[in-house]
Amino acid sequence: MSKLQPLSEAISRFVHDGDTVYAAGFTHLIPFAAGHEIIRQGRQDLTLARATPDLIYDQMAAAGCARKVIFSYMGNPGVGSLRIVRAEIEAGRLEWEEYSHFGMISRLQAGAAGLPFMPMNQTGATDLEAANPDIRRLTDPYSGKEVITVPALNPDVAIVHVQRADAQGNAHLWGIIGEQKEAAFAAKRVILTAEEIVDEAIIRSDPNRTLIPGFIVSAVCHVPFACHPSYAQGYYDRDNDFYLKWDKISESPDSVKAWLDEWVYGVKDRQEYQQKLGEETLERLRVPPLQSVPINYGRY
Amino acid sequence: MTNLTYSSTELMIVNAARLLRNGDVVFVGVGQPNLACNLAKRTHAPDLVMIYEAGIIGAEPARLPLSIGDPTLVSGSLSVVSMYDIFANYLQRGNVDVGFLGGAQIDKYGNINATLIGTDYAHPKVRLPGSGGAQEIAAWANRCYVITPHQKRRFPEKCDFITSAGYLDGKGGRERAGLRGRGPVAVVTDIGLLEPDETGELALTALHPGKTAEEAIANTGWALKVAANLRFTEPVTEKELRILREELDPTGIYLKS
Repeated sequence: MSKLQPLSEAISRFVHDGDTVYAAGFTHLIPFAAGHEIIRQGRQDLTLARATPDLIYDQMAAAGCARKVIFSYMGNPGVGSLRIVRAEIEAGRLEWEEYSHFGMISRLQAGAAGLPFMPMNQTGATDLEAANPDIRRLTDPYSGKEVITVPALNPDVAIVHVQRADAQGNAHLWGIIGEQKEAAFAAKRVILTAEEIVDEAIIRSDPNRTLIPGFIVSAVCHVPFACHPSYAQGYYDRDNDFYLKWDKISESPDSVKAWLDEWVYGVKDRQEYQQKLGEETLERLRVPPLQSVPINYGRY
Repeated sequence: MTNLTYSSTELMIVNAARLLRNGDVVFVGVGQPNLACNLAKRTHAPDLVMIYEAGIIGAEPARLPLSIGDPTLVSGSLSVVSMYDIFANYLQRGNVDVGFLGGAQIDKYGNINATLIGTDYAHPKVRLPGSGGAQEIAAWANRCYVITPHQKRRFPEKCDFITSAGYLDGKGGRERAGLRGRGPVAVVTDIGLLEPDETGELALTALHPGKTAEEAIANTGWALKVAANLRFTEPVTEKELRILREELDPTGIYLKS
Protein backbone atom coordinates (compact mmCIF):
# COMPACT_ATOMS: atom_id res chain seq x y z
CA MET A 1 0.00 0.00 0.00
CA SER A 2 1.42 3.35 -1.01
CA LYS A 3 1.86 5.86 1.80
CA LEU A 4 3.05 8.58 -0.55
CA GLN A 5 1.60 11.99 0.26
CA PRO A 6 2.61 15.62 0.24
CA LEU A 7 4.62 16.67 3.31
CA SER A 8 1.96 19.23 4.23
CA GLU A 9 -0.62 16.44 4.46
CA ALA A 10 1.67 14.19 6.51
CA ILE A 11 2.39 16.95 9.03
CA SER A 12 -1.27 17.87 9.22
CA ARG A 13 -2.31 14.25 9.85
CA PHE A 14 0.46 13.00 12.10
CA VAL A 15 1.85 15.93 14.12
CA HIS A 16 -0.50 17.36 16.73
CA ASP A 17 -0.21 20.19 19.26
CA GLY A 18 1.40 18.91 22.45
CA ASP A 19 3.18 15.98 20.78
CA THR A 20 6.66 14.81 21.60
CA VAL A 21 8.55 15.03 18.32
CA TYR A 22 11.91 13.46 17.50
CA ALA A 23 13.37 14.90 14.28
CA ALA A 24 16.25 12.49 13.80
CA GLY A 25 19.72 12.82 12.33
CA PHE A 26 23.07 13.42 14.00
CA THR A 27 24.32 16.39 11.93
CA HIS A 28 23.40 14.38 8.81
CA LEU A 29 19.98 14.06 7.10
CA ILE A 30 18.35 16.55 9.48
CA PRO A 31 14.74 16.93 8.28
CA PHE A 32 14.61 20.73 7.99
CA ALA A 33 11.81 20.64 5.42
CA ALA A 34 9.49 18.92 7.88
CA GLY A 35 10.51 21.32 10.66
CA HIS A 36 9.62 24.26 8.45
CA GLU A 37 6.27 22.71 7.52
CA ILE A 38 5.48 22.27 11.24
CA ILE A 39 6.24 25.97 11.70
CA ARG A 40 4.02 26.93 8.75
CA GLN A 41 1.15 24.90 10.18
CA GLY A 42 1.55 26.66 13.52
CA ARG A 43 1.97 23.64 15.80
CA GLN A 44 2.37 24.55 19.48
CA ASP A 45 3.35 23.11 22.84
CA LEU A 46 5.60 20.51 21.26
CA THR A 47 8.24 18.69 23.24
CA LEU A 48 11.19 18.69 20.88
CA ALA A 49 13.62 15.83 21.48
CA ARG A 50 16.96 15.52 19.68
CA ALA A 51 20.49 14.69 20.84
CA THR A 52 21.57 17.95 19.20
CA PRO A 53 18.70 20.45 18.84
CA ASP A 54 20.69 22.02 15.98
CA LEU A 55 19.31 24.90 13.94
CA ILE A 56 16.08 23.04 13.23
CA TYR A 57 14.90 23.30 16.86
CA ASP A 58 16.37 26.79 17.23
CA GLN A 59 14.10 27.82 14.36
CA MET A 60 11.09 25.92 15.71
CA ALA A 61 11.62 27.42 19.18
CA ALA A 62 11.88 30.88 17.61
CA ALA A 63 8.58 30.29 15.80
CA GLY A 64 6.84 29.41 19.07
CA CYS A 65 6.33 25.69 18.40
CA ALA A 66 8.10 24.43 21.51
CA ARG A 67 7.12 24.03 25.15
CA LYS A 68 10.09 21.89 26.05
CA VAL A 69 13.36 20.54 24.66
CA ILE A 70 15.08 17.25 25.48
CA PHE A 71 18.73 17.21 24.45
CA SER A 72 22.29 16.12 25.11
CA TYR A 73 24.30 18.81 23.30
CA MET A 74 22.80 22.23 22.78
CA GLY A 75 25.14 24.06 20.43
CA ASN A 76 25.39 25.28 16.87
CA PRO A 77 27.64 22.44 15.66
CA GLY A 78 31.05 23.68 14.60
CA VAL A 79 30.05 27.29 15.30
CA GLY A 80 29.20 27.91 18.95
CA SER A 81 26.10 28.70 20.92
CA LEU A 82 22.57 27.77 19.90
CA ARG A 83 21.30 31.22 20.67
CA ILE A 84 17.53 30.96 20.72
CA VAL A 85 17.11 27.71 22.65
CA ARG A 86 19.80 28.92 25.04
CA ALA A 87 18.18 32.32 25.59
CA GLU A 88 14.75 30.75 26.10
CA ILE A 89 16.21 28.36 28.70
CA GLU A 90 18.15 31.11 30.47
CA ALA A 91 15.01 33.25 30.58
CA GLY A 92 12.99 30.35 32.00
CA ARG A 93 10.58 30.37 29.05
CA LEU A 94 11.46 26.91 27.77
CA GLU A 95 11.44 23.72 29.84
CA TRP A 96 14.33 21.36 29.31
CA GLU A 97 15.48 17.88 30.12
CA GLU A 98 19.11 16.96 29.68
CA TYR A 99 21.19 13.82 29.18
CA SER A 100 24.60 12.90 27.84
CA HIS A 101 24.64 11.65 24.23
CA PHE A 102 24.78 8.06 25.41
CA GLY A 103 21.95 8.66 27.88
CA MET A 104 19.79 10.22 25.18
CA ILE A 105 20.47 7.49 22.64
CA SER A 106 20.01 4.77 25.25
CA ARG A 107 16.55 6.22 25.91
CA LEU A 108 15.69 5.79 22.23
CA GLN A 109 17.27 2.34 22.10
CA ALA A 110 15.07 1.25 25.03
CA GLY A 111 12.05 2.77 23.32
CA ALA A 112 12.90 1.04 20.04
CA ALA A 113 13.35 -2.34 21.74
CA GLY A 114 10.12 -2.12 23.73
CA LEU A 115 12.05 -2.05 27.02
CA PRO A 116 11.09 0.17 29.99
CA PHE A 117 14.63 1.53 30.52
CA MET A 118 18.24 1.01 29.55
CA PRO A 119 21.21 0.44 31.86
CA MET A 120 24.55 2.16 31.33
CA ASN A 121 27.83 2.00 33.17
CA GLN A 122 28.59 4.80 35.62
CA THR A 123 30.45 7.88 34.43
CA GLY A 124 31.09 9.62 37.75
CA ALA A 125 29.27 12.71 36.48
CA THR A 126 26.77 12.77 39.31
CA ASP A 127 25.78 16.44 38.96
CA LEU A 128 23.58 15.61 35.98
CA GLU A 129 22.01 12.73 37.92
CA ALA A 130 21.19 15.20 40.69
CA ALA A 131 19.75 17.67 38.16
CA ASN A 132 17.63 15.16 36.26
CA PRO A 133 15.53 12.83 38.46
CA ASP A 134 14.89 10.52 35.49
CA ILE A 135 18.54 9.46 35.55
CA ARG A 136 18.54 6.80 38.25
CA ARG A 137 20.57 3.94 39.69
CA LEU A 138 19.89 0.28 39.95
CA THR A 139 21.85 -2.59 41.43
CA ASP A 140 22.95 -5.07 38.80
CA PRO A 141 21.32 -8.30 40.03
CA TYR A 142 24.28 -10.34 38.78
CA SER A 143 27.36 -8.46 39.98
CA GLY A 144 25.82 -6.35 42.74
CA LYS A 145 27.41 -3.22 41.23
CA GLU A 146 25.40 -0.08 40.55
CA VAL A 147 24.43 0.90 37.02
CA ILE A 148 22.81 4.07 35.72
CA THR A 149 19.38 3.82 34.10
CA VAL A 150 17.47 6.08 31.75
CA PRO A 151 13.79 5.65 30.86
CA ALA A 152 12.60 4.63 27.39
CA LEU A 153 11.77 7.49 25.06
CA ASN A 154 8.77 6.76 22.85
CA PRO A 155 8.06 9.93 20.88
CA ASP A 156 4.57 10.50 19.50
CA VAL A 157 6.14 11.08 16.15
CA ALA A 158 9.59 10.58 14.62
CA ILE A 159 10.60 12.43 11.50
CA VAL A 160 13.31 10.72 9.50
CA HIS A 161 14.88 11.82 6.25
CA VAL A 162 16.51 9.18 4.03
CA GLN A 163 18.32 9.08 0.71
CA ARG A 164 15.80 6.74 -0.89
CA ALA A 165 12.61 4.92 -0.03
CA ASP A 166 9.87 3.10 -1.87
CA ALA A 167 6.24 4.17 -1.71
CA GLN A 168 5.59 1.84 1.24
CA GLY A 169 8.37 3.45 3.29
CA ASN A 170 11.09 0.80 3.08
CA ALA A 171 14.09 3.05 3.43
CA HIS A 172 17.76 3.02 2.50
CA LEU A 173 20.13 5.36 4.25
CA TRP A 174 23.88 5.56 4.39
CA GLY A 175 26.63 7.81 5.68
CA ILE A 176 26.20 8.84 9.30
CA ILE A 177 23.26 6.75 10.51
CA GLY A 178 23.08 8.42 13.93
CA GLU A 179 19.83 7.49 15.66
CA GLN A 180 17.38 7.32 12.72
CA LYS A 181 16.58 3.62 13.07
CA GLU A 182 16.16 3.86 16.84
CA ALA A 183 13.94 6.96 16.56
CA ALA A 184 11.73 5.27 13.96
CA PHE A 185 11.25 2.08 15.99
CA ALA A 186 10.74 4.01 19.23
CA ALA A 187 8.08 6.38 17.88
CA LYS A 188 4.33 5.82 17.73
CA ARG A 189 4.15 7.38 14.25
CA VAL A 190 6.88 7.83 11.64
CA ILE A 191 7.00 10.45 8.93
CA LEU A 192 9.58 9.61 6.30
CA THR A 193 10.89 12.16 3.85
CA ALA A 194 13.17 11.00 1.05
CA GLU A 195 15.53 12.48 -1.53
CA GLU A 196 14.28 9.89 -4.01
CA ILE A 197 11.29 7.60 -4.24
CA VAL A 198 12.42 4.39 -5.88
CA ASP A 199 10.90 1.16 -7.02
CA GLU A 200 10.62 -1.60 -4.43
CA ALA A 201 13.02 -3.66 -6.61
CA ILE A 202 15.83 -1.19 -5.87
CA ILE A 203 15.25 -1.56 -2.13
CA ARG A 204 15.21 -5.35 -2.53
CA SER A 205 18.49 -5.21 -4.49
CA ASP A 206 20.34 -4.18 -1.31
CA PRO A 207 18.37 -5.32 1.75
CA ASN A 208 21.25 -4.81 4.21
CA ARG A 209 20.94 -1.09 3.56
CA THR A 210 17.27 -1.00 4.61
CA LEU A 211 17.32 0.39 8.15
CA ILE A 212 13.62 1.14 8.34
CA PRO A 213 10.89 -1.24 7.13
CA GLY A 214 7.79 0.27 5.54
CA PHE A 215 5.36 -1.36 7.95
CA ILE A 216 6.39 0.95 10.82
CA VAL A 217 6.08 4.06 8.64
CA SER A 218 2.96 6.25 8.64
CA ALA A 219 3.70 8.55 5.71
CA VAL A 220 6.21 8.78 2.88
CA CYS A 221 6.97 12.15 1.33
CA HIS A 222 9.14 12.89 -1.66
CA VAL A 223 11.15 15.92 -0.57
CA PRO A 224 14.45 16.45 -2.39
CA PHE A 225 16.92 18.81 -0.74
CA ALA A 226 14.98 18.44 2.54
CA CYS A 227 18.06 18.67 4.75
CA HIS A 228 19.56 22.02 3.82
CA PRO A 229 21.54 23.50 5.63
CA SER A 230 22.33 19.98 6.85
CA TYR A 231 23.23 17.49 4.13
CA ALA A 232 22.50 14.16 2.49
CA GLN A 233 25.60 12.01 1.92
CA GLY A 234 26.27 11.66 -1.79
CA TYR A 235 23.52 14.16 -2.73
CA TYR A 236 24.69 17.55 -1.44
CA ASP A 237 27.14 19.00 1.04
CA ARG A 238 26.55 20.61 4.42
CA ASP A 239 26.09 24.38 4.05
CA ASN A 240 28.61 25.50 6.68
CA ASP A 241 28.20 29.08 5.55
CA PHE A 242 24.58 29.00 6.61
CA TYR A 243 25.45 27.57 10.03
CA LEU A 244 27.78 30.58 10.46
CA LYS A 245 25.14 32.94 9.08
CA TRP A 246 22.54 31.64 11.54
CA ASP A 247 24.87 32.64 14.36
CA LYS A 248 24.42 36.25 13.19
CA ILE A 249 20.74 35.99 12.28
CA SER A 250 19.87 34.53 15.67
CA GLU A 251 21.49 37.44 17.52
CA SER A 252 18.30 39.50 17.32
CA PRO A 253 14.59 38.63 17.39
CA ASP A 254 13.99 41.02 14.49
CA SER A 255 16.40 39.32 12.14
CA VAL A 256 15.05 35.91 13.16
CA LYS A 257 11.51 37.06 12.42
CA ALA A 258 12.61 38.47 9.08
CA TRP A 259 14.36 35.22 8.23
CA LEU A 260 11.35 33.09 9.18
CA ASP A 261 9.07 35.40 7.18
CA GLU A 262 11.23 35.11 4.12
CA TRP A 263 12.41 31.50 4.19
CA VAL A 264 9.65 29.61 6.02
CA TYR A 265 6.35 31.50 5.92
CA GLY A 266 7.29 33.13 2.62
CA VAL A 267 7.67 29.89 0.69
CA LYS A 268 5.03 27.27 -0.07
CA ASP A 269 7.22 24.22 0.26
CA ARG A 270 10.76 22.88 0.01
CA GLN A 271 10.78 23.09 -3.76
CA GLU A 272 10.18 26.82 -3.58
CA TYR A 273 12.83 27.11 -0.84
CA GLN A 274 15.34 25.30 -3.04
CA GLN A 275 14.55 27.53 -6.02
CA LYS A 276 14.88 30.59 -3.84
CA LEU A 277 18.34 29.49 -2.66
CA GLY A 278 19.48 29.88 -6.23
CA GLU A 279 21.87 28.13 -8.58
CA GLU A 280 25.01 29.58 -7.01
CA THR A 281 24.31 28.03 -3.61
CA LEU A 282 23.18 24.74 -5.12
CA GLU A 283 26.36 24.61 -7.20
CA ARG A 284 28.48 25.28 -4.11
CA LEU A 285 26.85 22.33 -2.34
CA ARG A 286 27.06 19.90 -5.26
CA VAL A 287 29.28 16.92 -4.62
CA PRO A 288 31.23 14.76 -7.11
CA PRO A 289 30.36 11.05 -7.05
CA LEU A 290 32.33 8.38 -5.19
CA GLN A 291 30.69 5.00 -5.86
CA SER A 292 30.95 2.00 -3.60
CA VAL A 293 31.83 -1.31 -5.25
CA PRO A 294 28.63 -3.35 -5.74
CA ILE A 295 28.39 -6.51 -3.64
CA ASN A 296 27.10 -9.88 -4.74
CA TYR A 297 24.08 -11.21 -2.86
CA GLY A 298 23.90 -14.29 -5.08
CA ARG A 299 20.83 -15.61 -6.88
CA TYR A 300 19.36 -18.44 -4.79
CA MET B 1 67.95 26.99 17.33
CA THR B 2 65.38 28.36 14.95
CA ASN B 3 63.46 31.56 15.27
CA LEU B 4 60.12 30.21 14.12
CA THR B 5 57.10 32.23 15.03
CA TYR B 6 53.83 30.51 15.84
CA SER B 7 50.59 31.21 17.65
CA SER B 8 49.64 29.79 21.03
CA THR B 9 47.01 27.69 19.26
CA GLU B 10 49.69 26.14 17.04
CA LEU B 11 51.88 25.54 20.08
CA MET B 12 49.07 23.69 21.89
CA ILE B 13 48.10 21.59 18.88
CA VAL B 14 51.68 20.51 18.22
CA ASN B 15 52.18 19.49 21.84
CA ALA B 16 48.87 17.62 21.95
CA ALA B 17 49.81 15.75 18.77
CA ARG B 18 53.04 14.57 20.37
CA LEU B 19 51.11 12.90 23.20
CA LEU B 20 49.48 10.47 20.78
CA ARG B 21 51.11 7.10 20.20
CA ASN B 22 51.26 5.18 16.96
CA GLY B 23 48.38 2.71 16.85
CA ASP B 24 46.19 4.62 19.31
CA VAL B 25 42.46 4.46 18.71
CA VAL B 26 41.46 8.05 19.34
CA PHE B 27 38.04 9.64 19.79
CA VAL B 28 38.52 12.92 17.93
CA GLY B 29 36.65 16.21 18.32
CA VAL B 30 36.42 18.88 15.63
CA GLY B 31 38.66 21.92 15.75
CA GLN B 32 41.95 21.71 17.62
CA PRO B 33 41.80 17.98 18.57
CA ASN B 34 41.13 17.13 14.94
CA LEU B 35 44.22 19.09 13.86
CA ALA B 36 46.34 17.46 16.59
CA CYS B 37 45.27 13.95 15.56
CA ASN B 38 45.79 14.55 11.85
CA LEU B 39 49.20 16.10 12.56
CA ALA B 40 50.20 13.05 14.63
CA LYS B 41 49.02 10.76 11.83
CA ARG B 42 51.19 12.61 9.33
CA THR B 43 54.27 12.57 11.55
CA HIS B 44 55.01 9.95 14.21
CA ALA B 45 51.70 8.06 14.37
CA PRO B 46 50.73 6.89 10.84
CA ASP B 47 48.68 4.01 12.26
CA LEU B 48 46.47 6.25 14.43
CA VAL B 49 42.82 5.19 14.10
CA MET B 50 40.55 8.23 14.24
CA ILE B 51 37.03 7.71 15.56
CA TYR B 52 34.45 10.48 15.52
CA GLU B 53 31.46 10.76 17.83
CA ALA B 54 29.09 10.74 14.85
CA GLY B 55 29.88 7.03 14.41
CA ILE B 56 32.82 7.09 12.02
CA ILE B 57 35.67 4.63 12.48
CA GLY B 58 39.04 5.07 10.80
CA ALA B 59 38.30 8.39 9.12
CA GLU B 60 40.78 9.82 6.62
CA PRO B 61 39.33 13.27 5.99
CA ALA B 62 40.33 14.73 2.63
CA ARG B 63 39.44 18.25 3.78
CA LEU B 64 39.25 20.01 7.13
CA PRO B 65 36.06 18.83 8.85
CA LEU B 66 33.95 21.78 10.00
CA SER B 67 31.49 19.82 12.10
CA ILE B 68 31.56 16.54 13.98
CA GLY B 69 29.36 15.07 11.23
CA ASP B 70 31.18 16.41 8.19
CA PRO B 71 30.60 14.08 5.20
CA THR B 72 34.33 14.09 4.41
CA LEU B 73 34.77 11.93 7.52
CA VAL B 74 32.52 9.26 6.04
CA SER B 75 33.87 8.90 2.51
CA GLY B 76 36.83 6.51 2.59
CA SER B 77 36.48 5.61 6.28
CA LEU B 78 36.73 2.04 7.58
CA SER B 79 33.26 1.83 9.04
CA VAL B 80 30.22 3.90 9.94
CA VAL B 81 28.06 2.80 12.87
CA SER B 82 25.04 4.10 14.75
CA MET B 83 25.37 6.46 17.69
CA TYR B 84 24.30 3.74 20.09
CA ASP B 85 27.00 1.43 18.74
CA ILE B 86 29.79 3.98 18.92
CA PHE B 87 29.08 4.75 22.55
CA ALA B 88 28.31 1.16 23.58
CA ASN B 89 30.59 -1.12 21.55
CA TYR B 90 33.49 1.24 21.11
CA LEU B 91 33.59 3.52 24.15
CA GLN B 92 31.77 1.70 26.96
CA ARG B 93 33.30 -1.64 25.98
CA GLY B 94 36.79 -0.18 26.33
CA ASN B 95 37.91 -0.08 22.70
CA VAL B 96 39.05 3.56 22.74
CA ASP B 97 42.58 4.49 23.83
CA VAL B 98 42.39 8.27 23.80
CA GLY B 99 39.70 10.90 24.17
CA PHE B 100 39.95 14.67 23.82
CA LEU B 101 37.94 16.89 26.14
CA GLY B 102 37.24 20.58 26.41
CA GLY B 103 35.06 22.86 28.46
CA ALA B 104 34.58 26.23 30.05
CA GLN B 105 36.13 25.18 33.36
CA ILE B 106 38.71 22.59 34.41
CA ASP B 107 39.31 22.28 38.12
CA LYS B 108 42.16 21.20 40.35
CA TYR B 109 41.23 17.53 40.00
CA GLY B 110 40.75 17.66 36.24
CA ASN B 111 36.96 17.67 36.39
CA ILE B 112 35.39 19.55 33.48
CA ASN B 113 32.37 21.81 33.26
CA ALA B 114 30.65 22.23 29.89
CA THR B 115 27.12 22.62 31.27
CA LEU B 116 26.55 25.94 32.98
CA ILE B 117 28.10 28.91 34.77
CA GLY B 118 26.37 29.58 38.07
CA THR B 119 25.43 27.46 41.03
CA ASP B 120 21.73 26.83 40.37
CA TYR B 121 21.13 24.28 37.60
CA ALA B 122 17.50 25.32 37.24
CA HIS B 123 18.43 28.99 36.80
CA PRO B 124 21.72 29.05 34.89
CA LYS B 125 23.59 32.35 34.71
CA VAL B 126 25.12 31.19 31.44
CA ARG B 127 23.89 28.04 29.82
CA LEU B 128 26.62 26.10 27.97
CA PRO B 129 26.02 23.32 25.40
CA GLY B 130 26.21 20.41 27.86
CA SER B 131 27.87 17.01 27.76
CA GLY B 132 27.40 15.69 24.27
CA GLY B 133 29.65 12.64 24.44
CA ALA B 134 32.13 14.15 26.91
CA GLN B 135 30.68 12.45 29.99
CA GLU B 136 31.30 9.00 28.53
CA ILE B 137 34.62 9.84 26.88
CA ALA B 138 36.02 11.12 30.19
CA ALA B 139 34.83 7.99 32.00
CA TRP B 140 35.67 5.25 29.56
CA ALA B 141 38.54 6.18 27.21
CA ASN B 142 41.80 4.67 28.47
CA ARG B 143 43.30 8.14 28.77
CA CYS B 144 42.13 11.69 28.05
CA TYR B 145 43.77 14.92 26.98
CA VAL B 146 42.53 18.47 27.30
CA ILE B 147 43.65 21.39 25.12
CA THR B 148 42.89 24.81 26.61
CA PRO B 149 44.39 28.29 26.88
CA HIS B 150 45.88 28.87 30.32
CA GLN B 151 43.54 31.43 31.90
CA LYS B 152 42.51 31.84 35.53
CA ARG B 153 38.79 31.82 34.76
CA ARG B 154 39.17 28.49 32.96
CA PHE B 155 41.04 26.93 35.90
CA PRO B 156 38.91 27.42 39.03
CA GLU B 157 39.66 25.42 42.16
CA LYS B 158 36.26 23.76 41.79
CA CYS B 159 33.92 23.59 38.76
CA ASP B 160 30.41 25.05 39.04
CA PHE B 161 29.11 21.75 37.62
CA ILE B 162 30.96 18.53 36.83
CA THR B 163 29.95 17.56 33.30
CA SER B 164 32.71 14.99 32.92
CA ALA B 165 34.79 13.31 35.55
CA GLY B 166 38.46 13.96 36.10
CA TYR B 167 39.74 12.62 39.40
CA LEU B 168 36.51 13.76 41.13
CA ASP B 169 37.44 14.51 44.75
CA GLY B 170 41.02 13.31 44.41
CA LYS B 171 42.86 10.11 45.14
CA GLY B 172 40.72 7.03 44.54
CA GLY B 173 37.78 9.09 43.27
CA ARG B 174 37.59 7.37 39.91
CA GLU B 175 37.94 3.91 41.43
CA ARG B 176 35.15 4.63 43.90
CA ALA B 177 32.92 5.76 41.02
CA GLY B 178 33.68 2.56 39.10
CA LEU B 179 35.25 4.25 36.06
CA ARG B 180 37.35 2.17 33.71
CA GLY B 181 39.58 4.82 32.09
CA ARG B 182 42.57 6.59 33.61
CA GLY B 183 41.06 10.07 33.22
CA PRO B 184 42.75 13.32 32.09
CA VAL B 185 46.41 12.33 32.02
CA ALA B 186 47.52 15.67 30.53
CA VAL B 187 46.19 19.19 30.05
CA VAL B 188 47.97 21.05 27.26
CA THR B 189 47.94 24.82 27.68
CA ASP B 190 49.74 27.65 25.93
CA ILE B 191 52.14 27.83 28.90
CA GLY B 192 52.94 24.18 29.42
CA LEU B 193 51.55 20.83 30.53
CA LEU B 194 49.59 19.96 33.63
CA GLU B 195 49.52 16.34 34.74
CA PRO B 196 47.91 14.70 37.78
CA ASP B 197 50.10 13.93 40.76
CA GLU B 198 49.51 10.84 42.93
CA THR B 199 46.49 12.52 44.58
CA GLY B 200 44.87 13.39 41.25
CA GLU B 201 45.70 17.08 41.58
CA LEU B 202 46.86 18.73 38.36
CA ALA B 203 50.43 19.99 38.73
CA LEU B 204 52.71 21.83 36.34
CA THR B 205 55.06 19.25 34.85
CA ALA B 206 56.37 20.98 31.73
CA LEU B 207 56.81 24.46 30.30
CA HIS B 208 56.96 25.44 26.66
CA PRO B 209 60.25 27.12 25.68
CA GLY B 210 60.35 30.70 26.98
CA LYS B 211 57.50 30.27 29.48
CA THR B 212 57.84 30.42 33.25
CA ALA B 213 56.29 28.63 36.20
CA GLU B 214 55.29 32.05 37.60
CA GLU B 215 53.12 32.67 34.52
CA ALA B 216 51.43 29.31 34.98
CA ILE B 217 50.82 29.91 38.69
CA ALA B 218 49.45 33.42 38.05
CA ASN B 219 46.98 32.05 35.50
CA THR B 220 45.64 29.18 37.60
CA GLY B 221 42.78 29.53 40.07
CA TRP B 222 44.25 27.24 42.73
CA ALA B 223 47.69 27.09 44.33
CA LEU B 224 49.35 25.29 41.43
CA LYS B 225 52.06 22.84 42.44
CA VAL B 226 55.19 22.69 40.32
CA ALA B 227 56.70 19.26 39.75
CA ALA B 228 60.21 18.77 41.16
CA ASN B 229 61.40 17.52 37.78
CA LEU B 230 59.84 20.33 35.76
CA ARG B 231 60.94 20.00 32.13
CA PHE B 232 60.71 21.97 28.91
CA THR B 233 58.77 20.77 25.88
CA GLU B 234 60.65 20.36 22.62
CA PRO B 235 60.52 23.41 20.35
CA VAL B 236 57.87 23.44 17.62
CA THR B 237 59.43 22.36 14.32
CA GLU B 238 59.18 23.80 10.84
CA LYS B 239 57.75 20.49 9.60
CA GLU B 240 54.95 20.51 12.16
CA LEU B 241 54.00 24.06 11.28
CA ARG B 242 54.11 23.35 7.56
CA ILE B 243 51.75 20.39 7.87
CA LEU B 244 49.35 22.37 10.04
CA ARG B 245 49.35 25.51 7.90
CA GLU B 246 49.66 24.10 4.41
CA GLU B 247 47.99 20.69 4.58
CA LEU B 248 45.50 20.64 7.43
CA ASP B 249 44.08 24.14 7.89
CA PRO B 250 45.23 26.19 4.90
CA THR B 251 42.65 28.94 5.45
CA GLY B 252 43.38 29.19 9.17
CA ILE B 253 39.86 28.41 10.37
CA TYR B 254 41.05 26.86 13.63
CA LEU B 255 44.69 27.94 13.68
CA LYS B 256 43.79 31.61 13.66
CA SER B 257 40.92 31.39 16.12
